[in-house]
Amino acid sequence: MGKPHSEVSGAKIMTRIKSFLNSDFVYRFRKDKVAVVSLGIVLVLVLSAVLAPLISPFDPYDLKSIDIMDSEIPPVWDENDGDERFLLGTDPQGRDMLSTILYGMRISLMIGFFAVLLQGILGVTIGLLSGYLGGKIDAFFMRLADIQLSFSTLMVAIITLAIFQAAFGAELYSKLAIFMLILVIGIAEWPQYARTVRASVLAEKHKEYVDAARVIGMSPARIMFRHIFPNTLSPILVISTIQVANAIISEAALSFLGLGMPVNQPSLGSLISSGFEYIFSGSWWITVIPSFFLVLLILSINLLGDWLRDALNPKLYKD
Amino acid sequence: MTGSSDTPLVNILNVEKTFGDGGGFLSTAQPIVKALNNVSLSIEKGDSFCLVGESGCGKSTLARTVIGLNPPSKGEIHYQGTRIDSLSAKERQPFKRKMQMIFQNPYASLNPRMTVAQILEEPLKIHEKGMSKGAIKQKVEEVMVSVGNDPAWGPRYPHEFSGGQRQRISIARALMLDPEFVVADEPISALDVSIQAQVLNVMMDAQEKRNLTYLFITHDLSIVEHFGSKVAVMYLGTVCELADVKDLFDAPRHPYTQALLSAIPKMDGSGVNHIKMSGEVPTAMDLPSGCVFHPRCPYANERCRRDIPTLADNGNTKTACFAVEEGRV
Amino acid sequence: MALLEVKDLEVEFPLGRITLQAIRKVSFSLEKGERLGIVGESGAGKSVAAFSILNLLSRPGRISGGEILFEGDDISKFDDRQMRSIRGNRISMIFQDPMMTLNPVLTVATQMIECLKAHRKISKKEAWDISVSKLKEVMIPSPEERMESYPHELSGGMRQRVVIAMALLTDPEIIIADEPTTALDVTIQAEIMVLMLDLCKSNNVGLILITHDLAVVSQVTERIMVMYAGRVVEEGGTKEVITNPKHPYTRGLLKALPQENTAGSRLNQIRGTMPSLNALPKGCAFNPRCDFATKECHQVVPKLEGRDGHNTACIHLEKIPSFKSELGNQ
Repeated sequence: MGKPHSEVSGAKIMTRIKSFLNSDFVYRFRKDKVAVVSLGIVLVLVLSAVLAPLISPFDPYDLKSIDIMDSEIPPVWDENDGDERFLLGTDPQGRDMLSTILYGMRISLMIGFFAVLLQGILGVTIGLLSGYLGGKIDAFFMRLADIQLSFSTLMVAIITLAIFQAAFGAELYSKLAIFMLILVIGIAEWPQYARTVRASVLAEKHKEYVDAARVIGMSPARIMFRHIFPNTLSPILVISTIQVANAIISEAALSFLGLGMPVNQPSLGSLISSGFEYIFSGSWWITVIPSFFLVLLILSINLLGDWLRDALNPKLYKD
Repeated sequence: MTGSSDTPLVNILNVEKTFGDGGGFLSTAQPIVKALNNVSLSIEKGDSFCLVGESGCGKSTLARTVIGLNPPSKGEIHYQGTRIDSLSAKERQPFKRKMQMIFQNPYASLNPRMTVAQILEEPLKIHEKGMSKGAIKQKVEEVMVSVGNDPAWGPRYPHEFSGGQRQRISIARALMLDPEFVVADEPISALDVSIQAQVLNVMMDAQEKRNLTYLFITHDLSIVEHFGSKVAVMYLGTVCELADVKDLFDAPRHPYTQALLSAIPKMDGSGVNHIKMSGEVPTAMDLPSGCVFHPRCPYANERCRRDIPTLADNGNTKTACFAVEEGRV
Repeated sequence: MALLEVKDLEVEFPLGRITLQAIRKVSFSLEKGERLGIVGESGAGKSVAAFSILNLLSRPGRISGGEILFEGDDISKFDDRQMRSIRGNRISMIFQDPMMTLNPVLTVATQMIECLKAHRKISKKEAWDISVSKLKEVMIPSPEERMESYPHELSGGMRQRVVIAMALLTDPEIIIADEPTTALDVTIQAEIMVLMLDLCKSNNVGLILITHDLAVVSQVTERIMVMYAGRVVEEGGTKEVITNPKHPYTRGLLKALPQENTAGSRLNQIRGTMPSLNALPKGCAFNPRCDFATKECHQVVPKLEGRDGHNTACIHLEKIPSFKSELGNQ
């Protein structure tokens, strides 16, 4: 019984994939060169970050493999001092830049992704509740959002992280830094989601399919999550791409200010920061190369988000 | 709670509905709209009860109030003798499966992210918790066939269908729970002429086979004449004439009904010769004093401007009009 | 020579991979002061046909063939500047939604005067006077006061009257009205229809009335053109077509009306639905829904032909019984 069933569902998935690949969405995507290139870059960067332990030549966390004698070696294309072991040179501690960047990007992306996941869960739930239930609940959450938006994310993060660091000491902080960053960036940005979701819930809840669900006798929770939520996914998807980019930037900024990832477990931001003091002594690559990767990552994510916004909004149809 | 044979299926007693309020904590004030004023109707089992009127007359609001989408501000709604408007959501649940609704816009009334099968299975999953998967599937197929749909449509999404097909899916959803009473809010006005006939036929078939009672809301009097058994004509939130369909079309009494009937475009080449009414429909935000129809009524006098008429028997029809009572029409 | 003559008009909408043919070989003409009704279901191409006359097709739609002769000039080849001298001046348009025409932030006076001054060299005072007289013509009470109103201060019926007054401002030769009363209430609808009929008659203006409502067409127009899936299936004098329809589609439409059926009985329905433009059947587009369809109907696209100005696009006309005898049989 089980086997033919799984074969059937396998065939179903295949036809689904086929029809997806044949859809207008994919067709328009393939015609947009900027979108294709952006997706390519994002995929390559994300894959290499995820697979960093497998593909990077060194393990930057393994202190034994680091030799201080190898510090500040320029990239290989510098004919005089380049060392073929270190493709992109080394940092002041003698770590291989390429490996450090791959690992750093891994951390940056992780923080970006989980912070956005947290924002999303908070924001979507609050947005659905405010939009659907309205009244006092709506008034409360939206005023809260207004207040939160009047502080900048960085300001909130700097204050929280600085207090935490002062209260619990730098050592404990460096152990928990990644969770703290996810938490702070995640909580600071929920109003973006909540407002977007609330706006589309307000538009959706007056449609007749919601009335139909109420006439059938469904509970408000089921109507919110099963009927309204799927119809707000397109705007959520669009802001998610932009929010991932924003979260990575926030993390980089905090790390640059010394409130982010510690030096022994660097993210892209802390890498840029750690190389900053050497930039005038000629070791430009320690700052510039991670910056280049950061800009490349953010730019492609944002371009992809822009394309997605246009593609999911039929009113912006271009011929 | 079946009620005796002379209890009407649905009884609407002195229902009023106002929207908007003076504003409260952290919210802005909205203008008060009186959508329904003291409406009383009773719908007998087997009726095709039609509500007609122009936009803003409160016919859709009344339908939504009866089905429970917006509670009445005043008055009572009884179903087979039980008062239902004051029930909690849980207590109301058994009535929800007996009362269903068909909506106006087939493009908005089906959730675009659910397949046809999911849409149709959902009512059963909520009200028939113990039903097996196979039984649900069978029931969906049976109802689909009965409204003239292909059961193979199940895995497809609503956007793949035309307006008429969607409206038939919407009817199928309303029939999934074998209801006794169906509210249809302008179910065919968004459809093309050739499709309107299909959908009306499906609704008439369903009534015959399932012994349904309809509350049918429309602005189109030619459909009322064809489809309805009883009709209530509404104007600005009040019922101005209530009658059997045949009697109303034979001899309309209320001046507004007469104007409405004369405005139906006729195909016999007689041209346009409708009763001219002065003025425009006032909004429900500032209702006229006295009879709500008096600013447009050719028979209005001082009494009409001052007092509010109530529905009273006048031969075969019930009218709310002083001019009819006094024999001035 | 007819005032307006549309010959073999073709309109297409290129949409990415596919190109939809919205109008195929549509021809019609309008004499001065004549009233023509274009009837069809949504998607039949009736609005597209009318919009293409004034080159008001929404992008990416474009005229891909045929010509539109207005007083002998092919206006489909006109550039924007030339088109402006015709559009809103000699041919005006009334839309279904009055707010398509009226700008919500300007008063009626501003809009009417602006419209007049765009086409004529006249003073503001003269423009004001003409505007007031046009508002009077469409039976708007106290027109001077209404001139100072904003559109949202007017009721739906009043707005549509203002739109009609604006369409009449420049004394056009033709008015194209796209479902002008569909958004209005029944009683208001009748008033507006009477008004339009009277105005067209008294000013000798040609009218192209686009609607799905056969009853409205039968009251207002002299000639009628029935469209189905981008083609004209039947055309002729309104009375003749309504009382003696020949094409199975027109007959189906008429038979489906509740007025034509005994109360309480099942309505005569046309089975199926109109095919979408990207999946038209071969041959006659109506063949999947037609009771008279044969093998031939799946191969040949029927030509529009007939006698005495009553033309039908159907190859089986001889086989089909007359409409009256068919109605009598029920």
